Amino acid sequence: MAREKAVYGVALNFRSELEALGEQLNRDPYKKPPVAPVLYLRPRNTWNASGAAIQIPAGTKQLKMAGTVGVLIGGGYLAVNDVSIPHDSYYRPATRQRCRDGFCVIGSQITDREPREIQILINGELRCRASLADLVRPIDRLIADISEFLTLQPGDIVLAGEPYGAPLAQASDRVRVEIDGLPAIENEVEAE
Amino acid sequence: MKTARVAYAGAIHNATEENGCLRLADGTMVGEEEVEWLPPIQPGTIFALGLNYADHAKELAFQAPDEPLIFMKGPQSLCGHRGRTTRPRGVTYMHYECELAVVIGKTARRVTRASAYDYVGGYTVANDYAIRDYLENYYRPNFRVKSRDSATPLGPWLADAADVADPMNLQLRTLVNGRVTQEGNTRDMIFDIPALIEYLSGFMTLEAGDIILTGTPEGLAGVEVGDVVITEIDGIGSLKNTIIGDAEDRGNVG
Repeated sequence: MAREKAVYGVALNFRSELEALGEQLNRDPYKKPPVAPVLYLRPRNTWNASGAAIQIPAGTKQLKMAGTVGVLIGGGYLAVNDVSIPHDSYYRPATRQRCRDGFCVIGSQITDREPREIQILINGELRCRASLADLVRPIDRLIADISEFLTLQPGDIVLAGEPYGAPLAQASDRVRVEIDGLPAIENEVEAE
Repeated sequence: MKTARVAYAGAIHNATEENGCLRLADGTMVGEEEVEWLPPIQPGTIFALGLNYADHAKELAFQAPDEPLIFMKGPQSLCGHRGRTTRPRGVTYMHYECELAVVIGKTARRVTRASAYDYVGGYTVANDYAIRDYLENYYRPNFRVKSRDSATPLGPWLADAADVADPMNLQLRTLVNGRVTQEGNTRDMIFDIPALIEYLSGFMTLEAGDIILTGTPEGLAGVEVGDVVITEIDGIGSLKNTIIGDAEDRGNVG
């Protein structure tokens, strides 16, 4: 039965972030490192396009710009900017921080070749470079581990992860996500 | 009016309730056991509440939250009335959760409590099964616990909001193999329906077809393969589900 696509994000899927968190993952409230992929949903109100504005909610100064690779189920890879209000805790679902309107920019172009690198630029300056070789779960394993309990269907998208050190942006910044093999996606941040 | 979506004679139909039977759009009357029940709406975004009844929060040894604990579910997690939900082999604790599901009826953004009910299209019943073996302290309750395929029965009917006089005073109950194991009333929610709509629409746009599962009262109990679980809410509906084993334990029957 046809349904709207589902878009899933994955937290803590870059090794460098897990290493930086280190012992914290064994303490309260986590008690031990994650076993299954740490998933969150990017609901339909968050879907946005390259060229459109990303709005900073009133009372928030900066947004995290987690450029990443979107894996299109059924074949192909997309450039995505997975935006959130910065938050330190992974204990409870970050619905309020992540599910803002327009917070998930999804590129319209697809490449068949698995990308290797993510670059995030703010106002033309390279602020983060992440290699997909740093993924805790490489893409094929990620899809296998998710689909063990949750069936993905063609058109669904799984985001590979938020690069460790993803930069913050503020109003009037231009944010550009470059993934090898794909045209860049670019958005301006504006005050709500 | 109560509406349903069903598969019958090789096609998908919208149906209305009439004397306990289904009236299809072309006037055909069919009985509830003659159709395959689908979730009563095509879902948009699915939200669910954790710890939204004070007694249940206490049961799980948690303080009642000061902000709604909202998690989300994928669209594949739903199944219809008289559906089957898998209890994976080897798990020790899978439990039901009877919940009132609120279906948004029109676009809602920055809605105040006072006008929140204008944005409700209808109500249905959900059974928000959880498999606690898979619980982890990362974005808890995590998807492996709460967003498994067909592990959230929804239905049978969508009851029009106009026909539900007071959604904050509805009796809920769960029966396992005919025995009542959970009882509560929606009046005991910590964050009531207007509060939830005000909270969510305060930071995101809700659309028609979005669903909010409003949490469950105390009275959780484990379910086993073969159990017939009925979650019901007075005036809304009685939702039946059967627990089955893993595919490999059932043989190759699809």
